[in-house]
Order: sequence, then structure tokens, then C-alpha cells
Amino acid sequence: MSGKKLAIIATKGSLDWAYPPFILASTAAALGYDVEIFFTFYGLQVVKKDLNLQVSPLGNPGMPMPMAMDKWFPVLGTAIPGMQSIMTMMMKSKMKAKGVASVEELRELCQEADVKMVACQMTVDLFDFNPSDFIDGLEFGGAATFFEFAGEADITLYI
Amino acid sequence: MADFDQELDASGLNCPLPILRAKKTLAGMDTGQVLRIVATDPGSVKDFEAFSKQTGNELMDSGEEGGKFVFRIKKG
Repeated sequence: MSGKKLAIIATKGSLDWAYPPFILASTAAALGYDVEIFFTFYGLQVVKKDLNLQVSPLGNPGMPMPMAMDKWFPVLGTAIPGMQSIMTMMMKSKMKAKGVASVEELRELCQEADVKMVACQMTVDLFDFNPSDFIDGLEFGGAATFFEFAGEADITLYI
Repeated sequence: MADFDQELDASGLNCPLPILRAKKTLAGMDTGQVLRIVATDPGSVKDFEAFSKQTGNELMDSGEEGGKFVFRIKKG
């Protein structure tokens, strides 16, 4: 065991951005790191019991689009109603085909590896989220709670 | 006699699953035992080297067999 510590702040709530915190946390845990993730603002979406994460091509010029859509419908194409659910569906089937784990699976692996997950109490209140909407084992705390762990961390990431 | 004690087939799995599965399998093995891993993720070649360096489990060898990547790791 390396005895190292990794602290992550997860602020994003889309399907694609749910991956980096859980991939890094689960891998670090496998390498022997002690890991804590602090979920705040939209990042809270990825610790809900029922996940309904979407990926949006809107305002994301780096996202590869099917059928050269970005060429034929620049910007406007990405705003067509229904585009977000189509892109989400396509992204999910692509991930499955390529053997990429689901967000749920990676999250479970984090839980199994004792990755500590903390939800920002202030944003839970701000969005009127019910604590029972979140996965079991999630703790609730504020900035000071984060620093208690991050202050001792070897690596701290803001995602 | 096989030159490994346990085998893990991580074919078709992508980063970070091969590493996570290997870690889990190693956790159930005894020190000195050898785990053979088969993977298709090209990224796993560098990743298993890094995993071995950081966890003290020795990467005995790493190679390709029939288009797949094969590793042998001795539990440290």
C-alpha cells in the first residue's frame, strides 16, 4: 500500500463527465490510494440512486457527431429537439460495444473499494434534493469537510 | 503444471476494468501466487506496468498471443 491520498471535487452532471471522477477514484483505490470525492452542484446528479445522465452535443464543438451532422448542421443541428436523447442513446451503445463500464458499475466499484463520497450539503439544499434520493453510504458535509481530507491529500483534482 | 495459479479473462473490457478486475482477483490470492491476465485493451500494456510498479505486485512478463495481450503478475 502506498498510503497516498487522492481528493476529487466532482462538479459535472452529464453522462460523459460522470466518468473521470469514478474512473480515477476506482483506479486510485486499486493502486492503494485512500480516496474521497466531494460532489457539488451538478456533480450531485452522479450520486443519485436513479441515474438519468445525458450527453449533450450543444455547445460542444469537440464532440464527434454521427453522419457528419456537424458539417451539415453546424451549431443549429445540435439544438434540434430530441438531439440530446439521440446522442445519449448512441453514446451509451457505443460505450457498451467498446467494453466501457457503465457509470453505475464504476460507482459500485468505488463503493466496494471504500472510496469515501461526500455530497455538498449547501447544494443539496439549494436544489431541494431529498437526501433519500442519493445512494447509500453518501455522507453530507461542507467545504471544511472537504479540506479535512484534501489538506492531507497528495493529489487534488477539480473535475 | 500450468505456469500460473489463476487466470483472469479481461477480453473486451476497457480501461479501467482490466486493472480493477486484476486487483480484485489478486486480493483473493496468496503472496507469491501468479495471476495470468488476458486482455484486448491496448492501453492495458502500459497500465499493467504502472499497476505493478505502484502496488508491488511483480509483472513477470507481458506479451501478445493471438492478437490479445497476456500478462503474468506475481502477487507481492
